[in-house]
Amino acid sequence: MSLGAIYRRDVRMAWSAGGGGPIGVIFYLAVTAVAPFALGPDLPLLARIGPALLWIAMLLALLLGLERLFQADHEDGTLDQLRLADTPLVLVVLAKAAAHWTAAALPLIAATPLAGILLNLSPRLLLVTLASLVLGTPALALIGAVGAALAVSLRRAGVLIAILVLPLSIPVVIFGVGAIEAAASARSAGPSFALLGALTLVFAVVGPLAAAAALREAD
Amino acid sequence: MSAVSESAVKRPSIINPGRFAGIADRAVPILGALTAASFAVGLYFALWASPEDYQQGSTVRIMYIHAPSAYIALMAYVVMTSAALGTLVWRHPLADVAARSAAPIGAAFTLATLASGAIWGKPMWGAWWVWDARLTSMLILFFMYLGLMALSRAIEEPVRAARITAIATLIGFINIPIIKFSVDWWNTLHQGASVMRLDGPTMPASMLTPLLVMALAFTLLFLTLHLAAMRTELIRRRARSIRMRTARSAD
Repeated sequence: MSLGAIYRRDVRMAWSAGGGGPIGVIFYLAVTAVAPFALGPDLPLLARIGPALLWIAMLLALLLGLERLFQADHEDGTLDQLRLADTPLVLVVLAKAAAHWTAAALPLIAATPLAGILLNLSPRLLLVTLASLVLGTPALALIGAVGAALAVSLRRAGVLIAILVLPLSIPVVIFGVGAIEAAASARSAGPSFALLGALTLVFAVVGPLAAAAALREAD
Repeated sequence: MSAVSESAVKRPSIINPGRFAGIADRAVPILGALTAASFAVGLYFALWASPEDYQQGSTVRIMYIHAPSAYIALMAYVVMTSAALGTLVWRHPLADVAARSAAPIGAAFTLATLASGAIWGKPMWGAWWVWDARLTSMLILFFMYLGLMALSRAIEEPVRAARITAIATLIGFINIPIIKFSVDWWNTLHQGASVMRLDGPTMPASMLTPLLVMALAFTLLFLTLHLAAMRTELIRRRARSIRMRTARSAD
């Protein structure tokens, strides 16, 4: 199976009936909307912590579809075919992670301006937030692919994926929010953006390798 | 068929599990005695024969527990990572036993680090807990230990549990340098490194010596606990296989 076909198939399945795509967007906006209830409708406060809230909502929303990322293929035997195919499994994982990002993260990034207006973000900060999400979410998708691949061997993965994935996601969140905070306090956001990009590149190499190794161990 | 593949798996082993159990039986009491002796010397120096800090007074003595447990908390993960390599590369049967029994010990020392740090932080910083880079990353390490323990227990088949956990351990190792250097990278409340520095320790010998003795004592304690836990894990595995064999012959 060619990599493009795998990518297109996964994106289409996430957004067809029964896929998790639209639900993720609703979840993302719902989590953002719960925050003002918990914190009170204090607009200056929301503007200050808004970017951090958006990052947390993004992190949680991206965890949603992870359990099914490889498990569905495992159950119907597609995974066995992928393992036997000539295409290296590492690249297959990369294609599936890219599809997961396109289907799950990209719509959320598109919905971010709406959430940003609700949280009283200034247009400039909203732009920086969008940039940090675009740069950082591929790393989250790649880390998630590792967790999903490890979970294929488990009968009930569920929360365990979150426990495995969250510690690794923390540096991404640190530098993602760091870039926004630097921009908000008129410091240079450059170093944080550079580190965010570096994390994405590191996980683009390490993630598929580890995920492919884990998939080969599955029965 | 299964006998052939089993011997092929066992051939590269450096120590075979049976002989390891014999060595551990003899080594654990000796290591235990050494641990007790070095703790006696170390605690005497740490609690009585070392000077008080000119600012912190007697509270500085918490350091002699806090810093060595933090060092063991990280070292246990390094041991698990090397064991994970042993599992993935050489498929050594003992490597997984080592990794699996190191995880709870590492988690316990991480908890000891967090607890002693909180007790030290209350009089010094005025708070039990601050969201500082070093503290937060140690807390993450604690979660990582618990996650790995949960993962290895969630998979029933032992060989697959070993290899899946080994992959997760290797990936998690990315966080270890972040924890080690967090105090240097982020300017935070927690003090920077003061023993392992390129320009030498920034601590008087009267404090450094007891700290190093305590570090030795903690290392010996870890080795003792780890060997004992590995021996227990081997017995547990033997018990499991005997149970399965009797269950098979029963029907």
